[in-house]
Amino acid sequence: MPKVKIDIEHVAKLASLKLSAEQQRKLEKQLSEILSYVGQLEEVNTNNIEPIGQITGLENVTREDETAPSFTQEAALKNASRQHNGFFEVDAVFTENSPE
Amino acid sequence: MTSKGNFRRRLTLYKLMIDPQKLTIQEASELIAEKKISAVELNQSFLERAKKLNAKLNSFITICRDEALKQAKKVDELIAGNQSLNPLAGIPIAFKDLFSTKGIKTTAGSKVLENYAPAYNATVVKKLLDENVICIGKTNLDAWGHGSSGENSDFGPTKNPYDSSKVAGGSSSGSAAAVASAACLASTGTDTGGSIRLPSAFCNLVGLKPTYGLVSRSGIIAMASSLDCIGHLTKTVYDNALVLNTTAGKDFFDSTTQENRVGDYTKNINRGVKNLKIGLPKEYFGNLDKDIKEKTLAAVKTLEKLGAKIEEVSLPHTKYGVATYYIIQPSEVSSNLARYDGIRFGFGREKFGSEAKRRIILGTFTLSSGYYDAYYLKAMKVRRLIKEDFEKAFEKVDVIICPTSPTLPFKIGEKSDDPLKMYLSDIFVVNQNLAGVPSLNVPCGFINGLPLGMQIVGRHFSEELLYQVGYAHEQETKFYERRPEL
Repeated sequence: MPKVKIDIEHVAKLASLKLSAEQQRKLEKQLSEILSYVGQLEEVNTNNIEPIGQITGLENVTREDETAPSFTQEAALKNASRQHNGFFEVDAVFTENSPE
Repeated sequence: MTSKGNFRRRLTLYKLMIDPQKLTIQEASELIAEKKISAVELNQSFLERAKKLNAKLNSFITICRDEALKQAKKVDELIAGNQSLNPLAGIPIAFKDLFSTKGIKTTAGSKVLENYAPAYNATVVKKLLDENVICIGKTNLDAWGHGSSGENSDFGPTKNPYDSSKVAGGSSSGSAAAVASAACLASTGTDTGGSIRLPSAFCNLVGLKPTYGLVSRSGIIAMASSLDCIGHLTKTVYDNALVLNTTAGKDFFDSTTQENRVGDYTKNINRGVKNLKIGLPKEYFGNLDKDIKEKTLAAVKTLEKLGAKIEEVSLPHTKYGVATYYIIQPSEVSSNLARYDGIRFGFGREKFGSEAKRRIILGTFTLSSGYYDAYYLKAMKVRRLIKEDFEKAFEKVDVIICPTSPTLPFKIGEKSDDPLKMYLSDIFVVNQNLAGVPSLNVPCGFINGLPLGMQIVGRHFSEELLYQVGYAHEQETKFYERRPEL
């Protein structure tokens, strides 16, 4: 497998992680070592091999969709850092100038 | 606490000549049932030990003294009322801090959840508490279960009770150190790629990674969902089977569980190994450290003397295990850790430690557009081959025995700056998770005063047989009797 370089900045954005320049540099080096190690899987012939499914062979496990007693609103909100009128409070996603 | 109370408690233990270090669940359970010791007395003495030893070993993130004593008092009332109780009633147990405990802080070893107290109990916690087990605390771990040594905890590393300059093994580091130092009689753990077996081997304990789906994952903070197995650590094989009796079975809240359990895992435990076929996979013994090989083969010899038939088997894809695992696991980690947003509970993502960040970035990359086929899909194909290796081997033999760790417990700090080197500590333990098969770590001796373990691996849902083999070996060797000097 050709040497793969991770675009750490892009991936960090996808994962919603903020990394310092120092962390990015360190990760780049470490992850390229790890990727070159896992690259050995290229040696394994997997033509005509299906990827594994559920490991003990279960398929399509379903159940009736019935309501049952659950958390109270109070219990569900207990650990929230911010709440407003019985709801989780979050920062606004859109601004007034966001396009529709 | 009054000094009079202290005195009476010590007197009870002294009078009965109980050494908490030697005590097993089996024995403690009899003492409680025969009313020779009360659940409160027993738990007070373990709570004292837990507190004292924690300063040295850092096994616990939380010790639940008040809750534990309240529960123990209830058990004593039930006993006074001549209620028939589970053998685990009144037994002090610690939960790895990934197990949700209602109203009790559950941190996952991470600062992200430093202030989080769940609103419900994990299924396994509920099942154990319903049988009147006493939760004495929550144990330390590599944050989120990410590690092989215990050093990745945001609350400091756990020390090995046999040598405090060495790691206890991870990620269930505190669970292992707590039982090995007799701060409790059993502990729970999770095993995604060795996290129960490795610390069990490093701390002279019996540790079960059950078949995937035998024990519910519900309410246990997820690491890699297709690999996570929920097990426990004890001093002896019998004790281990006792705990599985309560934890195993189908759970409405985990659709991967199956009612594929044996009624009582202790019932046939002394059946022996006569004519049992044991396979030794050549790939695990090739480059093995000479001393570890010698001890492991001595254990096999013991079983041969008891009537087992030994033969060599091959698991040809063994060497691809760590590479396969370190694609699948971080991929699933990145997905599972995406939920930590600091909105509903816990702090924000800036609190993730460096190992969690490393795995999130790696996993996000291997799942990202353009790379998914080359990494995750490829790994899931190799995973099928690894599973088929085990299936083919089990056409020839009943169980497989192999070492648990390529090294003895290593020095704290030795591998912490080199993630790949640390990942390679898992070389003997990840394939069982990839194949979903059960594996029991049992002690197999000491080298230079440090313990080592071996794995007994079987077909899916063959835990009863693994206990029989482990028990036969244990009765001959009794390595569990050698407790650490603390």
